Amino acid sequence: MEIMKQVVEFFSPIYILMLAGFLGYEIISKVPVILHTPLMSGTNFVHGIVLVGAMVALGQAETGLEKFIGFLAVLLGAGNAVGGYFVTERMLEMFKSSKGQEK
Amino acid sequence: MGYLIESVYFLTAALFIIGLKRMSHPTTARSGIVWAGYGMVLATVISFIHPQIQAGTGNYLLMVVAIAIGGAIAWYGAKKVAMTAMPQMIAIYNGMGGGAAAAIAAVELLKDHGDKATAPPTFILVMAVAGALIGAVSFSGSVVAFGKLQELKFFKDDAKFRFTGQQKVNAAIFLAAAVLGLVIAISHSSSGALITIFFLLALAFGAMMALPIGGADMPVVISLFNAFTGLAVALEGYVLGNSAMIIAGIIVGSSGTLLTLMMAKAMNRSVSNVLFSNWAALGSGEAQAVTGSLKAMEPSDAAVQMAYASKVIIVPGYGMAVAQAQHKIWEMCKLLIERGATVKFAIHPVAGRMPGHMNVLLAEAGVPYDLIFDMEEINEEFPTADVALVIGANDVVNPAARNDKSSPIYGMPILNVDHAKNVQVIKRGKGVGFAGIENALFFADNTRMVYGDAQKVAAGLIQGIKDLG
Repeated sequence: MEIMKQVVEFFSPIYILMLAGFLGYEIISKVPVILHTPLMSGTNFVHGIVLVGAMVALGQAETGLEKFIGFLAVLLGAGNAVGGYFVTERMLEMFKSSKGQEK
Repeated sequence: MGYLIESVYFLTAALFIIGLKRMSHPTTARSGIVWAGYGMVLATVISFIHPQIQAGTGNYLLMVVAIAIGGAIAWYGAKKVAMTAMPQMIAIYNGMGGGAAAAIAAVELLKDHGDKATAPPTFILVMAVAGALIGAVSFSGSVVAFGKLQELKFFKDDAKFRFTGQQKVNAAIFLAAAVLGLVIAISHSSSGALITIFFLLALAFGAMMALPIGGADMPVVISLFNAFTGLAVALEGYVLGNSAMIIAGIIVGSSGTLLTLMMAKAMNRSVSNVLFSNWAALGSGEAQAVTGSLKAMEPSDAAVQMAYASKVIIVPGYGMAVAQAQHKIWEMCKLLIERGATVKFAIHPVAGRMPGHMNVLLAEAGVPYDLIFDMEEINEEFPTADVALVIGANDVVNPAARNDKSSPIYGMPILNVDHAKNVQVIKRGKGVGFAGIENALFFADNTRMVYGDAQKVAAGLIQGIKDLG
């Protein structure tokens, strides 16, 4: 049973990879052209989750060099997340319908 | 603690997916980014008590300072930038994400992996190296893309970055980086020198890849780098065992790849074509000579024609973005609608510098999205249009794409503006478009050229229509 557990542990991230891959494909395949730029900006924001990994990397850093690079990683990751959010929000804020704002 | 962290990451992944789903429909798009935003805040806050951080050195002060600085700069930039500059802002934020992924890998690689008992398995290190390579390429490439779109002087001339054998040099740099990366991963080396050279090679490759690409192709390239960053984030997520990063990264990687392919398809080019060749090499033989003459028209006369039209189709292009003319154009359209005309906007998939660039600008001006139509939706309507108004668009309305086999843009789907009863073209001068070719549409009998800055011409049209009462 121990070996099965290891095999499952090895494969589960690969399953996640495959399913998430198809999901990303499906989400964008139905999007109208008018939303391409905002959606690209939105996906740009979503990969800002790299910030979480950067925090972990900095949190584990021991030497001065590691700390410096970790600091840089967090700074860049925070820039990606914050910048990506506000750019996307500004773009989407402007979408209106002539039939009035739908919720 | 581990269970709490994983539950929050699970929730974050769900919020991202719901957010992206909502972003793919106009009426719910606005709320989509907010959902995803909540996910990001939750994941960031909970990560402060991540067991991997608590077991390590912490460095909480550095962490908070880095978030504050990075966040503040990005927030300021995102709030201040003009809507026309959005593409390069996306490029630079994307580059930051790629850089962050590469930096995470650097920290992981620099750790001492000599002790076999605690060292991560080799395949994890290979993943870290792969993510580092892709992330670094995305970082330097995006910075170059930003420089080009911002029209910084250094990047202005695409031709000066082209030289013979360029592809071979690029391939050599890439191979060198990949091989060195594999050596680092397999030998479990934490040599600072080797790792530094590896990153320099990867950064050089990204820049070399983006430098010779012309401004017109930038959307495809930015979208590609966006997908790259997603992939790099997913790989580093695998290294750190962070499921939120894996899921979010791969979704971006796959959707970004599809978006890139759709964009390239709309330009009738393959992605490899965009990356490895340039326009000049594409045309086979001389383009057909264009006959006829350019017929100029004053804005006041154009206004009269416009005012008595019952159906008007507006075709915006990059010229509208440059002149920031979208507000004036919509003001004019409102006048026409008051007079009882039908007004529609026709958007070519690659009009402007990014797919949807024109839609964003029109939305900014307050144009309702149900007046805006894709190329497939509106192309059949041009013959029924009394006036088609082309604002600073060129190659996307060039009939040569349909009927001139020797033209470099032959086969590209275009808007059939030449089928309209009358065509007005607002243009700054007599120059050619990005593709550097003459446009037969401008010489057609039913076409009138209205020369000038799009915003000033639009103001002239508004005045002319108002004068008619």
